[in-house]
Amino acid sequence: MNTASDNPKLCFEDFTPGREFALGPLTVDAEEVIEFAAEFDPQPMHLDEAAGKESLLEGLAASGWQTCGLIMRMMAQSYILDSTAQGAPKVDYVRWKRPVLAGDVLSGVSRVLSARPLKSRPGLGIVQFEQEIRNQRGEIVCECSNPTFFAMRDAGGG
Amino acid sequence: MNGLDAFIVGEKLDYGTHTFTPEEIIRFARKYDPQPFHLDAEAARNSMFGALCASGWHTASVWMKLAVDYRPIWFQSLRERGLPVPYFGPSPGIFDVVWTKPVYAGDTIHYYSECIDKRPRKTDPEWGVVITRASGFNEAGDQVVTFDNAVLIRRQPSD
Repeated sequence: MNTASDNPKLCFEDFTPGREFALGPLTVDAEEVIEFAAEFDPQPMHLDEAAGKESLLEGLAASGWQTCGLIMRMMAQSYILDSTAQGAPKVDYVRWKRPVLAGDVLSGVSRVLSARPLKSRPGLGIVQFEQEIRNQRGEIVCECSNPTFFAMRDAGGG
Repeated sequence: MNGLDAFIVGEKLDYGTHTFTPEEIIRFARKYDPQPFHLDAEAARNSMFGALCASGWHTASVWMKLAVDYRPIWFQSLRERGLPVPYFGPSPGIFDVVWTKPVYAGDTIHYYSECIDKRPRKTDPEWGVVITRASGFNEAGDQVVTFDNAVLIRRQPSD
């Protein structure tokens, strides 16, 4: 398990528009796919290889919700745990473009679209990101976009 | 009849409740969202949230769990009303996910789903698209999560 840094390097000021953070690589583990599905999305194509092959997803496929979790994990490991992040209030969209199958290797990028200080919360800013996640064949499997709150460096965050 | 007839715009389904224990909040966070306010009560006290709270993806994933659990009850109600039982395809995505309030350890969240739109798919007449609006409320009646969820439904019903 990765843990958050006690002395985070990345503060609001570091998230400048256009800056990119590499995500992954992360191999999708079959046991984790089944474990997640059993708890949160117990549909046959997420629980059983044979049922997955017969479905439109054509294999043991991760629940879209697990894909969101895996992207979150890659974002945490890439930059969030080494930052002053204070949570995300929303996600504008998640597009599940292609199935994510057990054994797939995911990687991608998190890109800063915009950043602004919050008038209502001095010392805090909000950064808008977009993520693009590809499989080992370079096909886009998921796109999403969200704002995240970060404390500012001169507010004692860094 | 086609599979889209099962979905009545404006009909709101009650998926029931789920209580978020500290243990499951931490277990989910370790795997998918290891930020201090989802992992550790002490660290959470010093954060914007003030106490241990669930990852937003955990809060949303529980909606999916209750949606799947509810299907047999809903299908029975469709049969009783003479409506077709739909065959679910994949979901192309979700949008406008908003976590309006934190879900704290010990909170019991009541989840709902309301059909807000349905239409045939122009590119593929075998399938239709249904949009449902998910929501969750805590015991104080405050909304904690909402999102719109698109799902493909086969127009030829399964029975």
